[in-house]
Amino acid sequence: MNRFIDRLSLLVAAASTLACSGNESALDPAGPQAARINGMAWYMFAVSALVWMAVVTALLIAARKGSTRDLADQSDSMNARLKRPVVTATSITVLILIGTLVYDVATGHALASLPRDKALRIEITGHQWWWEATYVDPVAGRQVTTANEIHIPVGEPVQIIGSSADVIHSFWIPNLAGKKDLIPGHATATWIQADRPGIYRGQCAEFCGHQHANMAVLVMAESRDEFNSWYETQLLPAAPPSDSVSKAGEAVFMSKGCPLCHTVGGTRALGRIGPPLTHIGSSYTLAAGTLKNTRGNLAGWIVDPQGIKPGAKMAPNDLSGSELQAILSYLGNLK
Amino acid sequence: MSASVPSVTETMVLNDGDLVTRSELEQSWRFPRGFVGWLRNTSHLSIGKRYIITAFVFFGLGGLEAGLIRLQLSRPENSWIGPDLYNQIFTMHGTTMMFLFAVPMMTAVGLYMVPLMIGTRNVSSPRLNLYGYFTYVVGGAFLYFAFFVNNGPDAGWFAYTPLSGPQFSPGKRVDVWAQTITFTEISALISAVILITTIFKQRAPGMSLNRIPLFVWAMLVTSFMIVFSMPWVATASQMLAADRLVDTHFFNAAEGGDALLWQHLFWFFGHPEVYIIFIPALGMVSAIVETFTGRPIFAYPVMVLSLITTGFMGFGLWVHHMFATPIPQLGQSFFTAASTIIAIPTGVQIFCWIATIWAGKPRFTTPLLFVIGFIITFVIGGLTGVMIASVPFDLQAHDTYFIVAHLHYVLIGGGLFPLFGAFYYWFPKMTGRMMSERMGKWNFWLFFTGVNVTFFPMHVLGLEGMTRRIYTYLPETGWGPLNLVSSLGAVVIVVSMVLFVANALISWKRGVPAGDNPWGAASLEWATESPPPPYVFLHVPVCTSEHPLWEEGETRPVVTGLRTDIRENLMTTLMDAEPDHRHDSPEPTIWPFVAALATGVMFITAIFTVWGLVIGLLLLFPPLLLWGWPRKEEQRRRLAGERDPLARAGS
Repeated sequence: MNRFIDRLSLLVAAASTLACSGNESALDPAGPQAARINGMAWYMFAVSALVWMAVVTALLIAARKGSTRDLADQSDSMNARLKRPVVTATSITVLILIGTLVYDVATGHALASLPRDKALRIEITGHQWWWEATYVDPVAGRQVTTANEIHIPVGEPVQIIGSSADVIHSFWIPNLAGKKDLIPGHATATWIQADRPGIYRGQCAEFCGHQHANMAVLVMAESRDEFNSWYETQLLPAAPPSDSVSKAGEAVFMSKGCPLCHTVGGTRALGRIGPPLTHIGSSYTLAAGTLKNTRGNLAGWIVDPQGIKPGAKMAPNDLSGSELQAILSYLGNLK
Repeated sequence: MSASVPSVTETMVLNDGDLVTRSELEQSWRFPRGFVGWLRNTSHLSIGKRYIITAFVFFGLGGLEAGLIRLQLSRPENSWIGPDLYNQIFTMHGTTMMFLFAVPMMTAVGLYMVPLMIGTRNVSSPRLNLYGYFTYVVGGAFLYFAFFVNNGPDAGWFAYTPLSGPQFSPGKRVDVWAQTITFTEISALISAVILITTIFKQRAPGMSLNRIPLFVWAMLVTSFMIVFSMPWVATASQMLAADRLVDTHFFNAAEGGDALLWQHLFWFFGHPEVYIIFIPALGMVSAIVETFTGRPIFAYPVMVLSLITTGFMGFGLWVHHMFATPIPQLGQSFFTAASTIIAIPTGVQIFCWIATIWAGKPRFTTPLLFVIGFIITFVIGGLTGVMIASVPFDLQAHDTYFIVAHLHYVLIGGGLFPLFGAFYYWFPKMTGRMMSERMGKWNFWLFFTGVNVTFFPMHVLGLEGMTRRIYTYLPETGWGPLNLVSSLGAVVIVVSMVLFVANALISWKRGVPAGDNPWGAASLEWATESPPPPYVFLHVPVCTSEHPLWEEGETRPVVTGLRTDIRENLMTTLMDAEPDHRHDSPEPTIWPFVAALATGVMFITAIFTVWGLVIGLLLLFPPLLLWGWPRKEEQRRRLAGERDPLARAGS
């Protein structure tokens, strides 16, 4: 319990520093890919600003120059004189474009050849409207499946294998790397790496229906040790309920149809439609980054998912007040 | 030129013979009367004008939807509009603006202006033109009817599968979208084919390829792009309809189909679509710059080649909409290169316009202001376009508000600014009255300010992670303030649009009369009355130079010997526009309208039952048969002329 409080306060602290430093942004890179793209972006912003200023200046000068004339100049000599600046401007345009193209291909090449051997592999499956993340391990029993929150070790490349259970989604963590579509029938691959610890937010980038707006994913980058201990925790089955209220909660949970969609490790709840709840008590947010994980929010979400995420697939229920309180205790203790 | 002075042409040519000619032309080309007459009128003047007005109505509706989007996004966690309605609204906004406003509007201006600019009395296939218009109206009305009964499409204007497929979009919403697309495809293809044949075969004698006005060149290139791109989306939308209605699995990965196939088909149309909107606008800019600087556009051949190059290259870019899908890196590099170098022909045209302004004597009327606004705004969109041609950068920008900013800079900067300029420029020709310059300048400055305030902050929002098509966002994201700025900018745009509509309506009724050529322009549309009479030109002009009205002065050669007792057009050869043969332009008829209604019944019932196609074909058969059925009266007049050897003289 203490460890959890420690961790939570760490996360809150990290989150608040993150909030101060300006949240998610492609221009605040925290990983090698985003950093390279950021460099290239600023180069292109600068060149574009110069080009735009040059064109507008030329236009304004031309307008001024023209207005001083008494009559439009259609002479051949004028046409001959105009030729050189137009040809020069065109040549400069071509050169700038070629320069950009070369920089661009070089960046693409550099991104492709950043070192990423022995990478951790995570399979990410997009669902309407949540993210399923499975950590691949050669030992079947050491695979871990989480939802919406992905822990990664700092400074190590992480390979992402993407796919979708329904429609097309797109996985994107702006501070770390560019996006990759998750397409049914196609396995797509990309990778991310965080060079400093923190919580990096992203949200689904491909329109995927009603709750496209509320489909966020958090990447928690932490030291290797913290990551390892988190991983070991995730390997454990759900903590059996210890007090009587939680025990009642488990019974309600099992009898009310929840297991049809949700998995709770070590119990007979094996549903694969909704996110796994084995360690829901220790997750930072609920409903794919929509709500902070508090007892009140969890209650709101269970009672009225359609009010919070209209169109969400969470089924309605007829829990009584005491049943709800029991379930809240049960889930809250699934650390 | 003030309106009280009779125009030069009129005083010059009206002798007794001309008066006879005129009364004959008035008789043979007269518009049919009344409401039914309106349904039968095959004149490009009438069809073009109502196309333009209808497209503006859809522009207003699309703008209203944009306003609702900005209202909803003006603050975080706004709950005015829920996701179900919001998804319909943004889908309607995109579909309306692309399919019901931009493309029809550009082809409509072409259908109205091209015959005037090349010196002919009507487009080729005028009945088909009428059919195209009503098909478009039926399609647009159907889409909005569905929207108002809460069945508006909600899978985006791009309708990506499998989201738009039967499994994830049950109901009829996406079918409505797919059939609306089919309607607009038909009307766009018809407009394109008509423009191509008209430009190829009906140019005034002497208007060889090197004398075609740049706007007409632009419409020609655009029409070819429509012909080569629209069939792809028509095919795709029919495949989608088949997936939804008869359980084919073209796009269903689980049954061996492929979701990505849709994206390839859609964007193979979708990217040329951007240039279908943009290239006519380039033509408008050239027309305006030429007139208001009082000199020919610098480097005409280069301008023409740039348009053609852009038209070709527009087909080689579609994959840059799909950089986040699994496409091999080498393939991506090809599309990056193509997307980067397409900036060159457009850059060249901008330099040539600046050179023209430099050497000319610019008059800063509202049309020219819109052109200047176009260059300033559009260049930003072009530059961000070069940025997102880069795969690594695009993977950050793709599907974010950066792209929303980019595409609005391109389409508003590159499409709407020239369109408004062209509207102010050609309004006198179409209505015979000038628009208010004072209101025009207010309109321009408010629009220019509003557009930049609305769309510039979106660049930042996109890079801060704000993805597209979201109906809400959390306050923690920090996107609130810039979204509010953007929404306030939208208010300014609305004010400028209200001003524009007021200006157009007031000027239409009470504007200063314009006369034939109020701007002192060079091309042939200004060589007839404003508004043009139903027969368009009293005498079909002969073209002796690139700028006939500047170079030929007051005595302009004309074609004689065309029959005036029936609707006769002169056909000329493709390259040199030498007189080739005569062609009877068809009379008004009600059947294209009936055929459009039957087409509507076919496509709409096909949404509910496959038998709709059979019913529709049966319904279509009679009007199509009667469409070309010769009428006794017409035949008699034609044959009378053919027996009269005098009518053959002079051709």
